[in-house]
Amino acid sequence: MSQIELINISKSYDKQKDVLNSINLSIEEGEFFVLVGPSGSGKSTLLRMIAGLEEISGGFLKINGQTMNHLPPKDRNLSMVFQNYALYPHLTVQENILFGLKGRKIDKKEQQRRLNEAAEMLGIQELLKRKPRELSGGQRQRVALGRTVVSHAPLCLMDEPLSNLDAKLRAHMRVEIRRLQKRLGLTMIYVTHDQVEAMTMGDRIMVLNDGQIQQVGEPITLYNEPVNLFVASFIGSPKINVGNAVFSENGKYLIVENQLHIPVDPSVFCHIPRDRNLKVGIRSEHLMPGISKKENLHYLEAVNIEQLGNETSIAFELGSELWTAKWPGQWKIDLGQKVSVQIMPEFLLFFDADSGNLIKSAELGKSQGAVSV
Amino acid sequence: MMLSMRKKIVFYVLLIISALLLAGPAIMAIVMSFMTNQDILTGRLPTAFTIDNYIAAFDRLPLLQFLFNSLIVSIVIMLGQLILSSLAAYAFVFLEFKGRDFLFYLFIATMMVPFEASVIPNFHIIRDLNWIDTYAGLTVPFFATTFGTFLLRQNFKQIPKELREASLIAGMGDFKFFLTVVLPVSRTSLVTLGIYGFLTSWNMYLWPLLASTNDTVRTIQIGLKQLQTQEQLNQWGVIMAGAVIVIIPTLILLFLGQKKLQKGLTEGAVK
Amino acid sequence: MSMIYPTIETNETYLHQAERVKRQNQMKSFLKGMLFLLPSIILFSVFVFYPMFKTIYLSFFLTNAQGATTVFTGWDNYKALFVDPIFIKSVKNTFLFVFYTVPPTVIISLILAVIANEKLKGIGFFRTVFSSTMGVSVAAASVFWLYLFNPTMGLLNKVLETSGLDAIEWLTDPKWALIAVSATTIWMNIGFTFLILLGGLQSIDSSLYESADIEGSGYFYKLRRITIPMLSPTFFFVITVSIINTFQTFGQIDILTQGGPANGTNLIVYSIYREAFVNYQFGAASAQAVVLFILILLMTALQFKLVERKVHYQ
Repeated sequence: MSQIELINISKSYDKQKDVLNSINLSIEEGEFFVLVGPSGSGKSTLLRMIAGLEEISGGFLKINGQTMNHLPPKDRNLSMVFQNYALYPHLTVQENILFGLKGRKIDKKEQQRRLNEAAEMLGIQELLKRKPRELSGGQRQRVALGRTVVSHAPLCLMDEPLSNLDAKLRAHMRVEIRRLQKRLGLTMIYVTHDQVEAMTMGDRIMVLNDGQIQQVGEPITLYNEPVNLFVASFIGSPKINVGNAVFSENGKYLIVENQLHIPVDPSVFCHIPRDRNLKVGIRSEHLMPGISKKENLHYLEAVNIEQLGNETSIAFELGSELWTAKWPGQWKIDLGQKVSVQIMPEFLLFFDADSGNLIKSAELGKSQGAVSV
Repeated sequence: MMLSMRKKIVFYVLLIISALLLAGPAIMAIVMSFMTNQDILTGRLPTAFTIDNYIAAFDRLPLLQFLFNSLIVSIVIMLGQLILSSLAAYAFVFLEFKGRDFLFYLFIATMMVPFEASVIPNFHIIRDLNWIDTYAGLTVPFFATTFGTFLLRQNFKQIPKELREASLIAGMGDFKFFLTVVLPVSRTSLVTLGIYGFLTSWNMYLWPLLASTNDTVRTIQIGLKQLQTQEQLNQWGVIMAGAVIVIIPTLILLFLGQKKLQKGLTEGAVK
Repeated sequence: MSMIYPTIETNETYLHQAERVKRQNQMKSFLKGMLFLLPSIILFSVFVFYPMFKTIYLSFFLTNAQGATTVFTGWDNYKALFVDPIFIKSVKNTFLFVFYTVPPTVIISLILAVIANEKLKGIGFFRTVFSSTMGVSVAAASVFWLYLFNPTMGLLNKVLETSGLDAIEWLTDPKWALIAVSATTIWMNIGFTFLILLGGLQSIDSSLYESADIEGSGYFYKLRRITIPMLSPTFFFVITVSIINTFQTFGQIDILTQGGPANGTNLIVYSIYREAFVNYQFGAASAQAVVLFILILLMTALQFKLVERKVHYQ
């Protein structure tokens, strides 16, 4: 049985418009589950409802099969890490870590044992006597994690725990939190607005927008088979390239943004309805260099070039859109230069332009095509 | 901002003149309190240093008793205000319940009722409680303070809500959170309110005048007034000695806490 | 996904139970809130709200010396007040006193705050001195000035004499008494007013001055264009608080003049005090207190209006 179940959960303030709408979800034991979405999507509210910090307006929350809607946070047997770490400024690191245990009246010796264990695990043995204000951002983060470690609660909730750290530290802490979760066998519910965090950390991801679930799935599924334009644009960096598209009269060409004429095999795309407005999407790594290639070549005008060292990011103008290509290695391209780009129709994703829903994912580049080692 | 040398001199001259004018009366009182009556009456610069005025002042009235009374009254009011204000401020910041907004407006409403305008029934209440000439009568009416509640509320609001939430997850009750987290975290503003409460209580005049009829609980302020009305013989040195005794404790407190007071009062008052 | 949806019946019993739990929790949090607020509420009721209504009640009665009501007189106390030349004079005096006291206090304090806001060596010392009168009680301040105003020995008259001018009977000359009391009050109130204004000055964003410096603006230009406008909310606050405090003046009068000469310094609060605790006319005194209450209510309302404006400034 899954550890956490949300059944028709909804949230509204003062009987106003719903902040969250009929959320159905189940999370397995030991899973690293990421809630991701833009700010205002309701992801933090959902997390706080699971924690018991917000009232649940409708539906049921079950933890280990028991309905938890009206239990206070302390009876839900969970730990939580906050964005600002919620460290008590007047207490030392040690007192901060043990704060929760003191409230639960746990034996002194056991407290000490857990403290040592946590401090060692997180490498903060030297800091135990310090006050929070004497710590760096990363150290504070570790202290906050220390609370989770000593609590021995099977469920851990994290609300944007890395957003106050600089980019380098964030990348490092991603790995550490992930390792910690596996090591302790925690069930983790992790809220973030950063899709990179979601992709790199989650076993499964739920994309939330405007209080509605957009898609739940493994990171790579979300990347390859986004159910709609929102998920397609939200997941992946740089953003997926999107353009309006129509099939030519004879069905042999796909015309994108009135500019690109991509020859297509009508038999492959016969399932795509011709009577609807279409949008196509293509990932930046699939706009490939046209040099020494013969088919599917197109000449596009480069309007911006970013040299990143190991790769080059080139922006092309295409109708009203800017498309970005990411090419491995270093490319010398002038502004305004017409560059030959290979666009394989097999990499295109098709969306209904009106509803935004996916009609057809890319033929190539799916997870089954991933290289196994 | 960088200041030129000339501007600096102008500012220092202005500062020194203003300081002398403002501190003048107090300095004059201190000097006079150590002068002989002879020197004061002839109006010349002091020729001798004497503490006779202080001896005379303590001789004529039980000033030590009055000082002690003032100390008790001020400390009790200070503590009462700290306890009641911090409890009330906690409720307004951290507790959510029906009727909270109404009570908040009720607190605001008290600011519209000046103590001086309701002094007559207050006097009758104290009298009917047999609290005339008791410390209770001098202190209890001042325990509840909207100013103090608002000052602390302003400060409690700056405590991140996450601290309370983390304590909820740890299973900590409100009263324990109040004692072990909120009070220690906001001790600076508690000190500010404490200083302010002590200062204003020490300097109270009208109420002690009404609520004390004999020496047992009479405060030093009323003692000073007594000293002044008794001294018909122009014993200015003795009166000034009394006045100096009155202002020394509050001046020390003010010198120590001026920065905190300034910050606290601006925050609590203007926002 | 395997989800076990609760059946309809369990659903309803649960919802029923949940509703009960919710109500219990609401009750609990209400009681908790009241527990934290009760001490303040009780004391406010006993020493603020009840006395206020009692004052209004008393103002419609005649009382005996113990303060018990004897005869209901309706508006008579008020009618008597508004033809009583002494009371009318005390109201006039109070307004005059506010006029003599508040503007000078605020202006002097503002000047002091501006010069004490410069970053100079030893500025902390000057700030402490400027705020020091806040620590001087009304009794002590009155005693200091009682000496300064002393007609024969007082410092002020000695200064006048040495500069060849006539001595002034500061506290007994009707022309001068109210001004003398005002001077004492101004001196006393500077400390508090200065402290608040300095706090207001220091909360002005320094980048405003820095950008003005880069544009090459002069000292007085910055004072007029940045300091004064940015300080205006604090300024309004200080003015209304000063007015309210001045309405409640008592100690200075009691020590310096006892309302004299010829009721020349008889202010409202002193008049209430005399009527109630010297003449034992609690009904008439209460009517005066109600007038005071209304005056202060108007000032507080004004202050709230201004504080509201202050919110828009931020």
